[in-house]
Amino acid sequence: MPAETRDIAISAKGIDKVFNPGTEEAVIALQDINLEVEAGEFISLIGPSGCGKSTLMRLIGDLIQPTGGELLVNGKKPARARLDRDYGMVFQAATLYEWRSVTKNVQLPLEIMGFSKSERQKRAGAMLEMVELGAFANHFPWQLSGGMQQRVSIARALAFDPTVLLMDEPFGALDEFTRERMNLELLKIWQQTRKTIIFVTHSIAEAVFLSNRIVVMSPRPGRITEIVSNTLPYPRDFNTRNDPAYHDLVAKVRELLRDAVGSLAADPSSGQYVSAQGAV
Amino acid sequence: MAPAEAQRTTTLIASIRRRLAFYFPTIAIAAGVIVLWEVIVVVFNIQQFLLPKPSAIFAEFTLQVDLWLAPDERSMLFESSGATFWEAFGGFIIGCGGGILVALITSRWTIVGEATMPFAIAANSVPIIAFAPIMNNWFGITNPASKMAIVAIIVFFPTMINTVRGLTLVDVEQLELMRSYAATPARIMFSLRIPNALPFIFSALRVASALSLIGAVVAEFFGGPRATLGVYITQEAGAFDFAKAWTAILMASLIGICFYLAVLIAERRLMPWRISIRDN
Repeated sequence: MPAETRDIAISAKGIDKVFNPGTEEAVIALQDINLEVEAGEFISLIGPSGCGKSTLMRLIGDLIQPTGGELLVNGKKPARARLDRDYGMVFQAATLYEWRSVTKNVQLPLEIMGFSKSERQKRAGAMLEMVELGAFANHFPWQLSGGMQQRVSIARALAFDPTVLLMDEPFGALDEFTRERMNLELLKIWQQTRKTIIFVTHSIAEAVFLSNRIVVMSPRPGRITEIVSNTLPYPRDFNTRNDPAYHDLVAKVRELLRDAVGSLAADPSSGQYVSAQGAV
Repeated sequence: MAPAEAQRTTTLIASIRRRLAFYFPTIAIAAGVIVLWEVIVVVFNIQQFLLPKPSAIFAEFTLQVDLWLAPDERSMLFESSGATFWEAFGGFIIGCGGGILVALITSRWTIVGEATMPFAIAANSVPIIAFAPIMNNWFGITNPASKMAIVAIIVFFPTMINTVRGLTLVDVEQLELMRSYAATPARIMFSLRIPNALPFIFSALRVASALSLIGAVVAEFFGGPRATLGVYITQEAGAFDFAKAWTAILMASLIGICFYLAVLIAERRLMPWRISIRDN
């Protein structure tokens, strides 16, 4: 059924990930992960520290490889998808290159991928307009606020038009107010570009506000507890946060997470687990 | 036109005034030390072979300048300064260039880098000046190459070690971004590792600029052509003409300061983003 497979952006079947396998420090980071993401979906991964949400994102992005199971991105192996430049990545830190101006940062992936100079400038200009930083093209990263730097980072990730956007707590370092504005902006960008977005977050409010589906994960071993569908209509705006359905969903996700965190607190080995995760 | 010019003149005067205000304490201290020096020598009747008066040193210096500028005369001091400058400069270029080159090669092949680094660090703590008599044997005592070799070896190791650090201490997420762009190793080298190493390289070059002059002058103490600062200092001190010896020390200091400033200017040219961060 080719028509159907084309619509699946990410398909994970029975994914396991063990760090340091066969040694005393072996840690089961992920166990039996099954997840299917349709093209154009906005998926949030949420869970306590050590639940493997970042690990799952990094597996999808081919930054690390699974120990077992089958993972396909756009119907291809993740390594193939990476070589085909299917991924845009955004981390918690903006990770801009301090020696490049804003526009040169956005153009960097385009340079690497061999776009012509005029095409690079055109795309960087359009991307910076989209994140409302057109006036800052020739500034250097240190001249921008944290929120603006993260917007540059998003513009850079989208500049080469990847199909999948992987975001690892992109707004985690921002203050609450900036974060809410960035959430609105990201939704706007998503609706313009229709990328598939995998969004790792610690914030329940953020996950519920942004995504089509919320993947709730729990630790030891990292696994998916539940996948919560979010039928709040798009476009969402500041009023969405006043919707009773929004609050019901937040309450539901919080409850699911409380179970996971509760079992974590009762386990004496949890500290060791977290440190093993942090070292990755 | 005229008001604009007047405006420019006033801002120029204001900036000069601001600079003078900034440097005034430094200049005042220098002038104070020289005056105090003169007074102490006169009041305590200190013999010139222990400490000559600054005015005597200055008189000898102006004499040498006049000899240098006169068409049919020779200034031993300025000939010596020129010779020592070329030794230091040649050694600096060979040693720093070699250090950077070797660092680039070893960081490309991790195993080679890991194998050579301990040797480099060990060699860096060896008093290389002790090799000066050996170099005199190898290259000939009056051959500038014997001094250049010492300078080159002295500056090689700090430059190499710092460059290797700069090339390898790269932010993990910046590397992961490069991976997500499917960038080639050469690309990562030029777009990420080398710009990342520039601040490390320049801090090594600043140290090397001072080391190169020390190395050249001290190597000359072990013997060299008549017209070099090290030989000039030992000979004039031996002949109890201490004002002359001090003019040579003054010239060595001036050359050292010029060296350092040249590195600083190159640094500002090549890393404008760094300077702006610091000034902010």
